[in-house]
Amino acid sequence: MRKMLIWLPLALFLGFFGLFASGLLRPDDRIISSKLVGKPLPAFALPAAASDRPPLASSQLATGKPRLLNIFASWCVPCAAEAPQLLALKQAGVEIDAIAIRDARPDVDAFLQRYGNPYSRIGLDARSEVQIAMGSSGVPESFIIDGKGRIAYQHVGDIREDDVPMILDRLRKAQ
Amino acid sequence: MRMLVALLALALSAPVLAQSALPPAPYADRQIADPALEKKARALMETIRCLTCQSQSIADSNASMAGDMRSQIRERIMAGEEPEHIRAWLIERYGDWVSYEPTAEPILWPLWAAPLILLGLGLLLLRGRIKRRRRA
Repeated sequence: MRKMLIWLPLALFLGFFGLFASGLLRPDDRIISSKLVGKPLPAFALPAAASDRPPLASSQLATGKPRLLNIFASWCVPCAAEAPQLLALKQAGVEIDAIAIRDARPDVDAFLQRYGNPYSRIGLDARSEVQIAMGSSGVPESFIIDGKGRIAYQHVGDIREDDVPMILDRLRKAQ
Repeated sequence: MRMLVALLALALSAPVLAQSALPPAPYADRQIADPALEKKARALMETIRCLTCQSQSIADSNASMAGDMRSQIRERIMAGEEPEHIRAWLIERYGDWVSYEPTAEPILWPLWAAPLILLGLGLLLLRGRIKRRRRA
């Protein structure tokens, strides 16, 4: 028994060494995913963010048909890069609503004029309140909301060209 | 020379565009009038991780989202909400990751038990030594 005990410190050391090494060697993952995926969308009612689009409330997102909720901002560079993909999704018949984060109406108007407007409704979240309530941590992010108003999928970062078929597929499955 | 300085200043100002031009939320950088409440809010903010710059607390970060979170926390504390309730609300959204304060999740039980186990081992060692010395 005593003889066995002598090896205990070494075993502990090796155990911890292995633990730390595995932590150090694991690739860095800075994506924060929302823990609300699979749960109902938190309730909110936001004022309109653009001059020619109606405001957005969570009750309008449970319509029996899956839809895309895009979180963007006119000051966000990747959001401009994402715009063509959103227009393509709109062309494919997807209903897209949006929440503009920390934005001002003239800025949103100018952004939409420049990069196109794929949105049906746009709500203004001036203090990131709804964004935080949804567990979103930046712009752009997109959520697929199923017909019952639950969050079916979260896409962190901009939707790239090769993400479009995957998004369409997920929308179909969220039925 | 003046032109160069102006150009340099312009070049340095580009990152500003990456953040919202909107003024910060009302309580992002303003303390609560009641010092006791401010202390409560401050203690919580120091243990909430910033989502933009992930190795800082929201109390230390200049990111606009951290400002929004600070403002929200102060407003909620003023409305009478308990800090631990706000923490739980945030963990529900972002996971344990968002809190620097360790939770009581089963995965962390070894962490909480470690001091006790080490103390126990130390006492055992000490007892052995004392016994041996008495015998000698």
